[in-house]
Order: sequence, then structure tokens, then C-alpha cells
Amino acid sequence: MPVPAKDILNETIRNLHFHVPMWFTMIVLFGISCVSSIQYLRKGSLERDIVAAEAANVGLLFGIMGLITGAIWANYTWGAPWSDDIKQLCTAIALLMYFAYFVLRSSFTDIDKRARVSAVYNVFAFAMLFPLIFIIPRMTDSLHPGNGGNPAFSQYDLDNELRKVFYPAVVGWILLGIWIAQIRIRMRRLKLKSFLS
Amino acid sequence: MNIVSHIAFVASALLQVPQEGPEMATLMRSNGKIYVVVAVIVVIWLGVLLYLISIDRKLSRLEKAEAEKNRTRPTPTPVV
Repeated sequence: MPVPAKDILNETIRNLHFHVPMWFTMIVLFGISCVSSIQYLRKGSLERDIVAAEAANVGLLFGIMGLITGAIWANYTWGAPWSDDIKQLCTAIALLMYFAYFVLRSSFTDIDKRARVSAVYNVFAFAMLFPLIFIIPRMTDSLHPGNGGNPAFSQYDLDNELRKVFYPAVVGWILLGIWIAQIRIRMRRLKLKSFLS
Repeated sequence: MNIVSHIAFVASALLQVPQEGPEMATLMRSNGKIYVVVAVIVVIWLGVLLYLISIDRKLSRLEKAEAEKNRTRPTPTPVV
């Protein structure tokens, strides 16, 4: 597939199909996690708590891979793996928030208490994700496209040849993430069943 | 004759040293920085692979615990 030829970026523009869908997948999985937490708080079934925890776990994996791949990409295009770009800082904070979610979970021995407190935390963590990832980076200058008057998804950044690969890649990565989460959920469900029996 | 000239043309193209600017010709910056993409893909592969291995280990532990439980539990007497 042909890609737009650009200075500095050169062939690394193909990272679009790998680095960016990592974040999309992370957001989808964190979204599933948040919805499950709300369902847990409404219905109180431990099954929803398992879904919330495992979706967040796989989401964290994709977030970490997004951060590492971003650092590699930045090293050869922005000149340094970490340049305190606003989006780098905000996503790092977001990931730390979700690390804290697992620290919080592991600090309870009572499974019902753990489920309830971590569900409330999880809803707030997801709510914080929006200002951190979508709002703050757009308000200041950033090296990332799409932030601070630096448009992404414009005709200059994402031409139709890139879209042909990018959109299927996004769908594929999201499905891969959901699949891995589902395997973990089914496993945890079995564990819960054998624990309760 | 035609083939010979072709070979000569290709050879001259291959032997031509590209114009070196201030950009250093390190491995990662060669060939339009394509190896940066390779590095990114390798990182994702390793990440997913290690994660799947950890899931596999967890599942093995679960299977072992389950087998242990079934071994120690007395077999239920069949109801006639």
C-alpha cells in the first residue's frame, strides 16, 4: 500500500496502524470496564466485577504498549523518547490511575467490599480519562497531531490510502483486545465458581 | 547487448553511494526509517506474547488447583 511521503516521518507513518489503535483499544476496554462497574453497582453481581477488572487489565496492557511504541516512534521523529509532550504526560497519568485501580483492588480481602469500592473508583477513573486524553491535550501546544491547532484526521494527515489500512487495523486491534479480555473473564469466572463451591 | 547494458545499469544503480546529508546513516534511520516500524511491531508482539504466557501460567495453576480439589474431595456416592 502506498503511503504519503513526508519529511522526518518517512516510512514511520506506517506506525499509525500500530501505535494509534493501541490507544483506541485501551479506551474501548476501559469503557467496557466502566460500564461493567456501573452494572455492578446497580445489580451487585460479582460477574460484572470480574468483567470490569479484566477489561481494565487488558486495557492497561494496550496502554503500556501504546506508551512504549510511542516512545520508540518519538525517538526517531521528535528526537527524544520522552519530550514531556502534554499528551505523553496525560496518558502517563491515566495509566497510573489504572495502576492504582489494581493496587486498590488487591488491598481488600473481602470480595464484595473490593468489588464495590473499586467499582466506584473505576467510574471516576474513566471520567478522568476524558479530560486527560481528549480535552487537555487539545488546549495546549503538543507534538501530537490533533492537538493544539495541529489537526489529525485532516486530509493532510490521513489520506484515503492510509484510511484503507487504518480503519480495518483499528477494528482488528479492538477485537483482539476484547478477545483476550474475554479469555481472562472466562477463566476468572471458573475460578470464582470453584472458590464459591 | 541489451541484457549487458541492463546489468550494467542495475549494477551502477546498486553501487551508487547515496548522498549523505547531516542525517546519520544508522540502522534505525536507514531505508526511510522503516526499522522504527519493525521495532514497534516487535514490541507489540512481545507484549502480547508475554501477556498470553502469563494467562497460560494462570490457567495451569487453576487447572492444578481444580485437579487437587477433585482428588481430595470424596467421590459422591451414587444415588439409587
